[in-house]
Amino acid sequence: MSWQEKWIAFKTILNREIRRYMRIWLQTLIPPAITTGLYFVIFGNLIGSRIGEMGGYDYMQFIVPGLIMMAVITNSYANVVASFYNTKFQRHIEEMLVSPLPNYIILTGYILGGVSRGIIVGIIVTIMSLFFSDLVVENILITITVVFLTAVLFSIFGFINAVFANSFDDISIVPTFILTPLTYLGGVFYSINLLPEFWRSVSMANPILYMVNTFRYGILGVSDIDITWAFVAIIIFIVGFYMYALHLLNSGRGIRS
Amino acid sequence: MTTALSIKNLKKTYDTGFQALKGINLEVEQGDFFALLGPNGAGKSTTIGIICSLVNKSSGTVEIFGKDIDENFSLAKKDLGVVPQEFNFSMFEKVIDIVSTQAGFYGLNRKQAMEKSEHYLKKLGLWDKRNEKARFLSGGMKRRLMIVRALVHEPRLLILDEPTAGVDIELRRSMWEFMKEINDAGTTIILTTHYLEEAESLCRNIAIIDQGQIVKNTDMRSLLTQLSTETFILDVRDDIKDLPALGAYNIQQIDSRCFEVEVEKEQHLNSIFSILSEQGIEVISMRNKVNRLEELFVSLVENSVPNLTNGAVEEVAK
Repeated sequence: MSWQEKWIAFKTILNREIRRYMRIWLQTLIPPAITTGLYFVIFGNLIGSRIGEMGGYDYMQFIVPGLIMMAVITNSYANVVASFYNTKFQRHIEEMLVSPLPNYIILTGYILGGVSRGIIVGIIVTIMSLFFSDLVVENILITITVVFLTAVLFSIFGFINAVFANSFDDISIVPTFILTPLTYLGGVFYSINLLPEFWRSVSMANPILYMVNTFRYGILGVSDIDITWAFVAIIIFIVGFYMYALHLLNSGRGIRS
Repeated sequence: MTTALSIKNLKKTYDTGFQALKGINLEVEQGDFFALLGPNGAGKSTTIGIICSLVNKSSGTVEIFGKDIDENFSLAKKDLGVVPQEFNFSMFEKVIDIVSTQAGFYGLNRKQAMEKSEHYLKKLGLWDKRNEKARFLSGGMKRRLMIVRALVHEPRLLILDEPTAGVDIELRRSMWEFMKEINDAGTTIILTTHYLEEAESLCRNIAIIDQGQIVKNTDMRSLLTQLSTETFILDVRDDIKDLPALGAYNIQQIDSRCFEVEVEKEQHLNSIFSILSEQGIEVISMRNKVNRLEELFVSLVENSVPNLTNGAVEEVAK
């Protein structure tokens, strides 16, 4: 395939992914908006007003970046895991396997599909947050870059989960038992400086902490961790897990017998 | 003559240890209408799966128009179209989206994809259904949709894996006409089917696969001449009380106006009609008792077809 044909094929996968989640927007785009809206009302307005300041900002302002990032993470992950598993389940993955599509185009198409949903949901949540808090972005470049890279990383995770999944239960185990706890413990609702020394050290092993804090740094200019190290870690994770996902596709794991 | 498909020493052993293919060699010439037949579990689907990259081979090579599917993956795949046995498209997508998306996977831009989609959807009578979701189509329409999808990038080699399974007679015949048309236009077709009359009437060459090996690979005419005996059923105009004397021919009565005659390879039908005429018996129609290809097929693969009579039935009954 020429590069032009590969570009067309990539756009075709991406368009199909966008078409898929737009077709079921009531399940894909609205629920995160409602859930995050409830977080803003309950944790931000009702409870947050009694908490006072955190990291030098009022509590509502502090949790907004974390909630936006949480929505980006869960939606980019959910999009790829659900879509790719469904493709396997309904067997229309065969449409791609019989075609001349290189595996890296398939993988990149799915990842960018997840990224696009993560970012759209992130924008919706950001707009919602404007009803509850004044949002001034401190560093737009860092903010956009970290959102994009985080969405890429969690889309790759979603893809790997879908490759190994053999049932619909398998695609909900990781989000329920790993992703959600890590997100909640990743400094979305609190600063890790509030934790005792031991638990602060444990929290440093949570990759989501770096993403939430880097994003928070982009918006508020405050962070619990060194953002340079956070960027390096995210990029290393992306390269490593992308290569692993590509290896899974090339070997036909969970796809070819 | 260019070779459309070349398979050399193809082997496949599944993780369970089951050896599905034991070293298959097969060549299909460009422009051929080729039948790949075999009983269930013989290795047809595994072979097709390997050609299409749906199954990993254990060893051997597959070339499509001279391009190795491992070394020259993209170029080899561009020439290939597949209509699988089972529906494998998203039931929630619109017909037009399914077809145009497939065109996109082959690098056709939006304009080309829509033109080709329109052409083949009209050709297969699905244009009016283009905005319907696939799950609302009838079974026959879904089969036609899979043919459209396989043709949208205009492959030079088309593999049809039981394309008429579960399709009514009228639609099956119209699909046969369509297959003949695209074959006449130059597309090489490989057909697997359990309807042997379909293979006999459409295909010029044939391979029979059994227990992971090719047991026969020849042209259809030569294969059919290998039949040593054919049985014909004759319908006569008037009731006959006693069977007519037909000399060397074996004859058996079915009812008062119908009987069957076994004809050996070296015998011919003219003498039967002469003898019957002499005896005042008027034959009004004649047909083969069993499809000729079916008879040969059964004799070639009889060891792998389970015997569901006698012992097997008793066992089930227990």
